[in-house]
Amino acid sequence: MSIEIKVPALGESVTEATIARWLKNEGDAVKRDEPLVELETDKVSVEVPSPAAGVLEHIEVKAGGTVNVGAVLGAVKEGAATAAPAKAEAQTAKPVAQPAKAAPAAAAPAVAAPPPPPSVRRIAEENNLDVSAIQGSGKRGQVTKGDALEALEAIKAVPLPKQAPAPAGPRPRAEREERVPMSRLRKTIALRLKESQDIAAQLTTFNEADMSKVMALRNSYKDPFEKKHGVKLGFMGFFVKACVAALKEIPAVNAEIDGDNIVYKNYYDIGVAVSTERGLVVPVVRGADVSSVADIERQIGDFAARARDNKLKLEELLGGTFTITNGGVFGSLMSTPILNMPQTGILGMHKIQNRPVAIGDKIEIRPMMYLALSYDHRLVDGRDAVTFLVRVKDHIEDPQRLLLDL
Amino acid sequence: MSESFEVVVIGGGPGGYNCAIRLGQLGLKVACVDKRGSFGGTCLNVGCIPSKALLHASELYEEARHTFPKMGINGTPTVDLKVMMAHKEKAVSELTKGVEFLFRKNKVVGIVGEGKITAPGKVSVKTKDGVRELEAKNIVIATGSDVATLPGIGIDEEQIVSSTGALSFPAAPKRLLVIGAGVIGLELGSVWRRLGSDVLVVEFLDRIVPGVDSEVAKQFQRLLERQGMKFKLASKVVGVEKKGATLVASVEPAAGGARETVEADAILVAIGRKAYTDGLGLDEMGVKRDSRGRVTTDEHFRTNVAGIWAIGDVREGAMLAHKAEDEAVACAETIAGRAGHVNYNAIPSVIYTYPEVAVVGKTEDELKAAGVAYKVGKFPFTANARAKSNLTTEGFVKIIADAKTDRVLGVHMIGPDVGNMIGEASLAIEFSASSEDIARTSHAHPTLTEAVRQAAMGVEGWTMQM
Repeated sequence: MSIEIKVPALGESVTEATIARWLKNEGDAVKRDEPLVELETDKVSVEVPSPAAGVLEHIEVKAGGTVNVGAVLGAVKEGAATAAPAKAEAQTAKPVAQPAKAAPAAAAPAVAAPPPPPSVRRIAEENNLDVSAIQGSGKRGQVTKGDALEALEAIKAVPLPKQAPAPAGPRPRAEREERVPMSRLRKTIALRLKESQDIAAQLTTFNEADMSKVMALRNSYKDPFEKKHGVKLGFMGFFVKACVAALKEIPAVNAEIDGDNIVYKNYYDIGVAVSTERGLVVPVVRGADVSSVADIERQIGDFAARARDNKLKLEELLGGTFTITNGGVFGSLMSTPILNMPQTGILGMHKIQNRPVAIGDKIEIRPMMYLALSYDHRLVDGRDAVTFLVRVKDHIEDPQRLLLDL
Repeated sequence: MSESFEVVVIGGGPGGYNCAIRLGQLGLKVACVDKRGSFGGTCLNVGCIPSKALLHASELYEEARHTFPKMGINGTPTVDLKVMMAHKEKAVSELTKGVEFLFRKNKVVGIVGEGKITAPGKVSVKTKDGVRELEAKNIVIATGSDVATLPGIGIDEEQIVSSTGALSFPAAPKRLLVIGAGVIGLELGSVWRRLGSDVLVVEFLDRIVPGVDSEVAKQFQRLLERQGMKFKLASKVVGVEKKGATLVASVEPAAGGARETVEADAILVAIGRKAYTDGLGLDEMGVKRDSRGRVTTDEHFRTNVAGIWAIGDVREGAMLAHKAEDEAVACAETIAGRAGHVNYNAIPSVIYTYPEVAVVGKTEDELKAAGVAYKVGKFPFTANARAKSNLTTEGFVKIIADAKTDRVLGVHMIGPDVGNMIGEASLAIEFSASSEDIARTSHAHPTLTEAVRQAAMGVEGWTMQM
């Protein structure tokens, strides 16, 4: 039986990929999960594994071709080892030989729709349309031009964020401006962020944290820590741990809305936004609740290094339950992050700044950081959001609490 | 002693013989009964095939006289009608033998004789060697159609003929009056005009070839008139008198009015055909028929009587050999427990004159009446390189597509060899193709088929070679 090789989901803001190269040729024997083809996206390179053991039967899209998520790349013939293909053929052919008494068409196995006709290929290419997602009305489910046009219309009917009309300049503007087409990544980011704002009821609550203790802790142990774990002790590990503790207390922030249901997640996969030249990527630290600070720091260090080289794997970008973004590295003092849908919370860290603060009755200079939590008010009540952020603050201001699970 | 089959097919024309062959292929024990003596039905014996043999031969004759000199080929060809008729008969006899070969190959028992349904599951066949009783769970009626006649005009097949007689005139009649401007009248009228007859066609309606897209029909009439065929439309022949060797036909305007007389040496009655069900025992079996005598069936060709099926001309729909063939396959497959289907909208229709007319799908007239929004692309053969170099630039290709989805709804062609070109259009309609799909499909250059592509481009306004 032939099994289609499809383009897997490509992560947060990626819908398209270019085929970098095929690692196997048509007719090559392949093992299950053996990489067949390398896809390049704006963010990462992805290897698509074989869905089954058998033979790479046919390649639909050659190297250099552009494909959408879900598109068919080719097919693997299951079980047909190259050594004995004839035998396998003979076996599958047999049942067809006695057709007369067979029940009518109903029993026919589901066959993949035939490849789209030229008009549909053009429409798909021009409009970035995923043909495999369209229900075909033609013979054997083939997508007709009418089907494609209808799908296109349906997409266009969804109101895109309205662009304010560009104010007309009082002077000829062209010479003083540079007009550059938006990159695919930029377009997708724009769409996703706007989508997030359109769907969620977003608002942000603020707090601040006195970083003295966590900085003292870091200063005391940074050398032995680096010696033992081979990675610098930063603040991210503490913040991840502080968030996990707060998420456990306020489950609504570690949840998502799915239709009429709320999905509470009993695992803590924390996305950490990493800025690269190509754009923002959010690799996910898995099982942050059961990882040590050292594990988390090592993981984030590794992510950051590989993100710069565009070496992150697709699965490393998928499925976070909560996100932390640190605008402080660029000097931001305060910001309101936008939710990474479908998550319901995102913590914004900021620049640590020495500020005068009242400690008891005295004014002291303390290293302070403003904290921001943007949340989806549909699911998270104000009390929960504020409590969450206070919990994070408490843990950062007194990191020993983390040890004692307070 | 009765012989037992799984299916008995009555009628050995394109419906019957194809049904029997398909049933044989599917492993069913099948008999095909036909009374004519040679299989192939009207189509092979006195229809499509012999008329095409004469159409082709006479067209070559005309081409040799009128077109050859323009290409530098000189000489005066003459017609030996006896040889031409022998050529026709050879084609027929070889093809009817071909059907017998296909029967043997697919284990179909062919029986020459007159079949009659005598009881549920029983067919009695009168052969020249006596009566054979056949038993079968399923009986398929595929008895086709017969020439329709006009009251008061008796067909003798010598001077007043049907299509059958018009295939065998011993000499070209000096004046041939054709009654009916349908496919048969225009095809056989063309044959005898080319071979020397003065041809006048009288048609009851105010247009020729009813059912064909009216733009095509108009152009068709103009071209036939230019060749010398005359037309008297919106008129009816009310009677024929014999005066010596001459026939005098009385012709009246269809709407009533002054009568006039037309003299002719032969008259071809070509007003259509009617379902043939004589002597089949249908009334005794209670098989329902409509007001025009056609056997009524459901969409799977079942009559109201269990185990009795009907296909082809004997039921409703266009009287075309390939329509019968399509139904034959679908019916056979249904009987064998499979899914059979006929897409009537994708059945082409061809008139084998010169130029040919070939159409499939909806006409502009039909779409207008149905209120469907459509776009049209047209391309004339005068702009086609191959037509130009062949000196066959008459006609055009017209493609009609849905205004919104661009799906091809109808293709109408008049021009050289369009009968062979319509296959592409049928395929397009069968596969719900859009005009753009045809336009983006490679067509060899230089061929006449490029006109189809250019017309398809025209639907969305990007015809490139005009």
